[in-house]
Amino acid sequence: MKRLWAWAALIIGLLYFILPLVGMTNFSLKMRRGEYSFDAYAKVFADSRFHETFSYSVWMALLTIIFGVFLVVPTAYWVRLKLPFLRPYIEFITLLPLVIPAIVIVFGYIRLYNTSSWLPLTGSYVGTDILLVFGYATLSLPYMYRAVDTGLRTIDVTTLTEAAQSLGAGWVTIIGRIILPNVTVAVMSGAFVTFAIVMGEFTMAALLNKPAFGPYMQLLGANRAYEPAALAVIAFGITWACLGLMQLVSKLQKTPQRPV
Amino acid sequence: MSFLTLSHLQKSFGATKVVHDFNMAIDKGEFISFLGPSGCGKTTVLRMIAGFELPSGGSIVIDGKDQTRLKPNQRNIGMVFQAYALFPNMNVFDNVAFGLKVAGKPKSEIETRVKEMLKLIHLEHLADRYPYQMSGGQQQRVALARALAPAPQVLLLDEPLSALDAKIRVSLREEIRQIQRQLGITTVFVTHDQEEALSISDRIVVMNAGKADQIGTPGEIYNRPTTRFVANFVGTLNVIQATLVNGSTGALKIGEETLSLPQSIEGKADGSQISIAFRPEAAMLAGPSTGPAVLSGTVLSSNFLGSVLRTKVDLGGNIISFDMFNHPSATLPKAGETVTLALQQDGLMVLGD
Repeated sequence: MKRLWAWAALIIGLLYFILPLVGMTNFSLKMRRGEYSFDAYAKVFADSRFHETFSYSVWMALLTIIFGVFLVVPTAYWVRLKLPFLRPYIEFITLLPLVIPAIVIVFGYIRLYNTSSWLPLTGSYVGTDILLVFGYATLSLPYMYRAVDTGLRTIDVTTLTEAAQSLGAGWVTIIGRIILPNVTVAVMSGAFVTFAIVMGEFTMAALLNKPAFGPYMQLLGANRAYEPAALAVIAFGITWACLGLMQLVSKLQKTPQRPV
Repeated sequence: MSFLTLSHLQKSFGATKVVHDFNMAIDKGEFISFLGPSGCGKTTVLRMIAGFELPSGGSIVIDGKDQTRLKPNQRNIGMVFQAYALFPNMNVFDNVAFGLKVAGKPKSEIETRVKEMLKLIHLEHLADRYPYQMSGGQQQRVALARALAPAPQVLLLDEPLSALDAKIRVSLREEIRQIQRQLGITTVFVTHDQEEALSISDRIVVMNAGKADQIGTPGEIYNRPTTRFVANFVGTLNVIQATLVNGSTGALKIGEETLSLPQSIEGKADGSQISIAFRPEAAMLAGPSTGPAVLSGTVLSSNFLGSVLRTKVDLGGNIISFDMFNHPSATLPKAGETVTLALQQDGLMVLGD
C-alpha cells in the first residue's frame, strides 16, 4: 500500500512539472493552423536579434565564468588554507545574492558607477558590459562558491600545498597546476549553473540597456504568440544541456586520492 | 663542522610554547630520527626546518647558510608526508617531474632524472599510473622519488610509514634507509614508533614536552637512557625501588634482599631511596644462588608471545617482567611459584629523576 502511495505521489509530481512543458511545446508547434510544424522555431532562428542577443549572452556568460573562477577559486582556497575561521562569514556573504533582489544590486551599481562618479562605468558601452559581468558574477556567487568549496573539501589542500611548496612551487603554480586541476569538476558545475543563470537573466541586462537574451525573450513574449513558447522550449533545452554536461563532467572525474 | 645546525630553536602558538630551546648539530649524510609521543614537538621542529612554521626564536643553518627566514619554496629541502600528498591530477611520471619542471630544467634532463628516480624505487613500470591506481606503499615510494628528484640538501620524512600496514612498513623503512645510504643524503625522520627509530637511525633524538631529552645512537638510547622518560618511552622497562646501603660499593637493599651494582652511586646519601631500572631481557631464571645481582620473587602471571615468554614477578613489592626465548621444550613459570632471577649487572641503570 505504501508503495502505491509513493508511486502516486511521484506520478502527480511528474505531471505537475511535465504537463505545462508538454502543453508549451505542443503550443509552440501549432503555429500553422491544423497541423504540427516547426514554423515558430524557424522564425525564431531566422530572427537576427535572436542571433545577436544569444551570442551576446553567451559571451557575457563566458566572461562571467572566467571572472568567477579567478575570483572564487583563489578566495575559497585561501580561506580554506589560511583563514578557516572566516569560512562562516564568507559563506554568509556569498549567500546574500539569494536574498538581495537583482534590481537592488543593479541600482547600486548604477548609483555607484554613474557618469559623475570617480569610476564612470555607466558612461560607456564597455563599462556597462563590465558592470553586467560583475552583476552576473554576483548572482552566480552562491552556486560557484559552494561548488568550488565542495571540490576543495575532497582534496587535502594543506598537504598538497606544502608538498608543492617543498618542491619549489610558488602560489601561482600551486593554484594553477595543483589546486585548479583538482577542482575542475566542481568549477565546471559552477560554470554550467552560471551559464544557465546568465542566459535567462533579465533585470540587470534590461536596466543596463544591454542586448542580452533575457530582455529579448521578454520583448518577444510581449508581442508574439507562438515564438515565445518556442523560445522558452529552446531556453529549457539550454538549461537541461548544462545540467547534462554537469553530470557528464562529474562522471569523468578521477577517483580522489586515498590510502589503499 | 655540522651540515644542519638547529640553534636555540623555539616555537610558541599563542601562549603555548611547544618547542623549548632545541639544539642539534647534524652531520652530512646522517640519518636522524625524532622520536616521541604525540604533542612532544617533533613534527613542529621538522616543519620549522621545512619552512612551514616560522620559529619564535633561534636559527636553522644548512651548509653554512642561514635558512631561518626563507620561505619553503626557497629552501632546497625534500619532504615526504604521512598522507603521501601525491598530486591526484598527475601520473607518477609527472608527480616525480614536478619539482624539476618548477626549477625550469630542460625536458631531456627531466626525463633522465625521473627515470633514474623511478628505477631507484623499482617502479619504472608504473610511470603512467595515477595515485588512485596504486597501493599506499607504492604511493609513498613515489612520494619519496618526487622529494629526491630535485636533489635536495636535506630530506625530511614526516611519519611516512604510519599509514601503511605492518609488513609494508618494515620493508619500506629498509628501502628508505638503503636509498638514503646510497645517495648519502642528510635525513630527518619523524616517528612515534620506537622500533622504526631504533632500526634505521644513525642517531635518535628522544623528545618530550618540546625538549630533546636525549640525543644518542640507538644503542645508547636503549641501553643507557639518561632520563626516566627516555627509559620508559623506549622499550619496556622495569623500575624497582631500592634503599641505598653503601653508595661507594654500589650496595642496595630491595625488600629483604641485597643487590650490588658494578659501579658506585654518587650524589645520593646512604639510606636514601633510589630507582633502579632494567630491561626484561636483562633478567633470567637462575638456580638458588648468592651472586651479586640475584633476587627471588613470586610469579604473578606468564604470557606466551611467540618468540619470547614474558613473566611477571613480584620482587619485594616491585612488579617486574622478564623475558625468556621460546624453544620447543620451554615451560612457562606458574603463577604463585617462587623463582630466582639473575640480573645482568651491566643492564642495571640508576635513574636520575
